Amino acid sequence: MFKKVLIANRGEIALRVIRACREMGIRSVAVHSTADADALHVRFADEKVCIGPPQARASYLSIPAIISAAEITRADAVHPGYGFLSENAHFADVVKKCGFQWIGPQPEIMRLMGDKVSARATMEKAGVPILPGTGVIETDRQAEEAIERIGLPVIIKASAGGGGRGMKVVESKARLSAQLNAARSEAQAGFDNPAVYLERFIARPRHVEVQVLGDGKRAISLGERECSIQRRHQKLVEEAPSVALDDERRAKLLGVARKATESLGYQTVGTLEFLLDEDKRFYFMEMNTRIQVEHTVTEEVFSVDLVREQMKLAAGEPLKLPADIRPRGHAIELRINAEDPVTFAPSPGRITALNLPGGLGVRVDTHIYNQYLVPPFYDSLLAKLIVRAETRPAALARLRRALAEFVVEGCKTNLDFFRRLLANAEFVAGKMDTHLVERM
Amino acid sequence: MPKKDSKDKVPPRALKVVSAPPAAGRGNRPEGTSGIDFESVRVLARLAVEFDLEEIEIDKAGHLRVRRGVRDGGGATMSSPAPAARPIALTPPVDAGEGDGAFVTSPFVGTFYRAASPDAPPFVDGGQSVRKGQVVCIVEAMKLMNEIEAEADGRVEEILVKNGEHVEYGQRLIRLSKS
Repeated sequence: MFKKVLIANRGEIALRVIRACREMGIRSVAVHSTADADALHVRFADEKVCIGPPQARASYLSIPAIISAAEITRADAVHPGYGFLSENAHFADVVKKCGFQWIGPQPEIMRLMGDKVSARATMEKAGVPILPGTGVIETDRQAEEAIERIGLPVIIKASAGGGGRGMKVVESKARLSAQLNAARSEAQAGFDNPAVYLERFIARPRHVEVQVLGDGKRAISLGERECSIQRRHQKLVEEAPSVALDDERRAKLLGVARKATESLGYQTVGTLEFLLDEDKRFYFMEMNTRIQVEHTVTEEVFSVDLVREQMKLAAGEPLKLPADIRPRGHAIELRINAEDPVTFAPSPGRITALNLPGGLGVRVDTHIYNQYLVPPFYDSLLAKLIVRAETRPAALARLRRALAEFVVEGCKTNLDFFRRLLANAEFVAGKMDTHLVERM
Repeated sequence: MPKKDSKDKVPPRALKVVSAPPAAGRGNRPEGTSGIDFESVRVLARLAVEFDLEEIEIDKAGHLRVRRGVRDGGGATMSSPAPAARPIALTPPVDAGEGDGAFVTSPFVGTFYRAASPDAPPFVDGGQSVRKGQVVCIVEAMKLMNEIEAEADGRVEEILVKNGEHVEYGQRLIRLSKS
């Protein structure tokens, strides 16, 4: 096992990794920008190194600064967390070439899955259902022919994209050419790659994803998560298990994901994201080759420490979890962000009063504390509120109770948005799709 | 390190962590503790071999001073100087300091060297006057020797980091006064 792990991240996920390290007897190294000198991950790590100015480009995204920090602290492995460099295959390559272990999957697989067109092709070959679609679209003629085959509406997606950026829904052929050009320039600007492709558009999908773990030879699916409550493709609520699946469909989904992960020879933890159409047929959307924000709900229902498993698998240990492991109860996570509850505009500032909820079945993963200054340079996630109970209705009641105890003053938060969501009939009934937030 | 004024605003369990030499006691020693036990001596001895240290001095307050031996070629990558230093455009963080002092700060994470090579004389010594643009030290990062220049004319008041010590981004290296 590793002796010293450098965490190339900040905020709650850096703390999450430090906690796992501490419990495993591994020393931790925090890196931080000057804006995060007072951050909890810096205080709770065994060692810390300031790697640059507030701008992420020169600190948390600076590969030379992070590698230098790993060198001077003699760390033996690098954990990338999520966001920042976590899905950057070049960074993974550099980490390995500099003699450190990479706590993530093989860089080749990161590359394969980072490109949506190659990810679709790989998954199709592995027997995973994908939406009818195309490879990279070079000409309008190709796009028109594809539409003849797929039928309208279709969605234009960036091959190098993710997080919903650069997508365009095509309702008629009239504006196809203009939309293709617009999507290409957005893709070029956002991802430095103009390649786009087409896929059948599902008007009211659910987002369901499968947590997978692999040791390179064997893989398992550790249940699914429902993440349909989103705003502009940013998840706000995640739960496990999904109420949309019956036992038969769940077994099929988890089986397909497990097989695909195994056929990739995948090592460590990952997530296969699927869209569920109105008839609850599932289609592969993308694979995230890292730990996810919402890994906590899986941990709660399976009583598995996913970050610990991730590090064990990265260290080359065989996967020991049984394939027939079953979830218990229902877990829901809310992403508490520093943002206006109505306009969703980010709201940095100093926290002047704070009360975190607690009690039975309540978990709060957060890096904030009273008087903490929420910096304007990074994403707006303040805390993850996670509850677990025996049933979904009991989890919703616990969530309402915990939300009533949650107090943050000094910066605006979306706590009130969640209070409204918990009164929403569609959400309470479990009848959501990815557009529910827009209808609220 | 956290600023003093924020000390009482954060939860306890803050650890004293300094970017001091590797392995020995770095980071995991709570503030204020001192005293040397056999385990520390063992660690220090290992450290001395690992980094080719000639001398390790530790006082009751827990302050550590190390002196590195001159080695001829090969050995640890951290101590072998790169063939040629290359001056690069740097924008170290502005640090006006207190009073009329100014500081040369490190533009990145790396290892601080006072001289171009183990045999060469140091770029600057205490009391010496420096001109704007004059090379005052080297910070090695990713095997590259980066020459750090004085931002303004001044006099070297104090060299704050020991030769071969690891430095963070923004760390104060040399204190200057206006000449």
